[in-house]
Amino acid sequence: MNPGLTARTRRPAFLPNWPARLAWLALITYAFYAASILDVTWERFVTGLDNGMRFIARMFPPDTGAAKLQLLAKGLYESIEMAIIASALGILLSLPIGLLAARNLMPAWVTWPMRLFIALCRSFHQVIIAIIFVKAVGFGALAGILALTVASIGFIGKLFAEAIEEISLKQVEAIRATGAPFMSVIAYGVLPQVLTRFVGFATYQVDSNLRNSTMVGIVGAGGIGGTMFAAFQRFDFDFLLTILLAIIAVIMVSEMLQNQIKKLYQ
Amino acid sequence: MAGIPAAAPATIEVRGLTKEYRRGTPVLRGISIAFPDRGITAVIGPSGTGKSTLIRCINRLVEPTSGQILFHGADLVQLSRKALREHRRRIGMVFQEYNLVERLSVMENVLSGRLGYLPSWKAFLRRYPPQDIAMAWDLLETVGLTPQANQRADALSGGQRQRVGIARAVMQQPDILLADEPTSSLDPKTSVEIMELLVSITDTRHIPVIVNIHNVPLAKRFASHVIGMAGGAIVYDGPPDGLTDDHLNQIYGGEDWQE
Repeated sequence: MNPGLTARTRRPAFLPNWPARLAWLALITYAFYAASILDVTWERFVTGLDNGMRFIARMFPPDTGAAKLQLLAKGLYESIEMAIIASALGILLSLPIGLLAARNLMPAWVTWPMRLFIALCRSFHQVIIAIIFVKAVGFGALAGILALTVASIGFIGKLFAEAIEEISLKQVEAIRATGAPFMSVIAYGVLPQVLTRFVGFATYQVDSNLRNSTMVGIVGAGGIGGTMFAAFQRFDFDFLLTILLAIIAVIMVSEMLQNQIKKLYQ
Repeated sequence: MAGIPAAAPATIEVRGLTKEYRRGTPVLRGISIAFPDRGITAVIGPSGTGKSTLIRCINRLVEPTSGQILFHGADLVQLSRKALREHRRRIGMVFQEYNLVERLSVMENVLSGRLGYLPSWKAFLRRYPPQDIAMAWDLLETVGLTPQANQRADALSGGQRQRVGIARAVMQQPDILLADEPTSSLDPKTSVEIMELLVSITDTRHIPVIVNIHNVPLAKRFASHVIGMAGGAIVYDGPPDGLTDDHLNQIYGGEDWQE
């Protein structure tokens, strides 16, 4: 060691963050404890792998009988319709709701109830909301559409409000100074600053709605989910594989479309 | 310039204007002043002395604590929101950091000066009257940015952005222009060009300009009237020639900064 390095020059550059270290230690300890309580063991996992392989083997080859394909097309088409309607509704409703929830533009007595509403929309998983709507409006696509719309508001509304809260108020101020009415201030001072991000959230939500629209059918809210659940219960695993492959194809096509849409709004 | 009538000379008079951001610590201490109705009036003074607050109180981007601001026979301080909007469109404003809408085109930024005259739905659909569009093209020609009309504002240099900012303010067909440190973010050469543009606007369109500026040589060179501020009060009000070193010491304090 260089003798010139005294105790003073070897002083550490960074202070140890003891609270953070303790928090990490506590988290890891608790994870092990919880795993032991819940009977999470390596042996069970290995046995499970074996079962899983047998299950997957039974899925091949995928069932492509004409009657099954027709059933698949009908369910999948309904799912896509549900996703698109719910996304359109959700996006349209999120615009004003997100705007009203932005704390830098609105007084507290407006933002507070709006933020509460958004939080409520976000509280439950789509499937749970779907169960409620199935009870309310009966089985079918309508319940699914409503459930997905609520979820969309929870997601886009929150992110949109946060995006607005991050805008530059200088641009807003300049538009206000021209004597523009409030809606024009929004159209020129606020929207241009958040439009690309909003398109990003919206396309992500379309994607999310597509995936979730294949789920809500399990509780009877329309779409391919019902068909899929029935195939499960009838041990119709080869048809199940057909459905899963079709869903993957739809998601990939939607991904490509999303990228094109985002390019339009760069 | 075709299509733009010379605005009638209008003046702004401030009486006993006080602004406290926090109670008990006034930034403006009862300022009273009648701004000239022509030419460039430079408001000089050190940072934090209330120049910006004064100019922002005039169009109420900052709410005055007390006092009167008389413009077109009305007290701006007392106006309702709607009446305030109607008066605001007669007051153009140019900002230190240009405050353009970065993601809109130069043309959209210039046209946004007409927003006070246009219903929101028309503004949203970009349905401006033909005479507004003709005026915007003329103004872009005046500020030398015709080729950039369809570029996005964030693609421009600082000097170009400030020209757009000035074009937007003049688009309002204002009776008065407020400029809050319009050259402070620019290099010396561009600063002079921007001041020359303001002079040509006040001369050809007969719009009085009130400009906050901390650069004393620039103020002396281009202003026809100078107001010196220190500690939230006015300490000089007169022609640029009458501004002595004593005045400057009083405004900026000390002498070391002078050559």
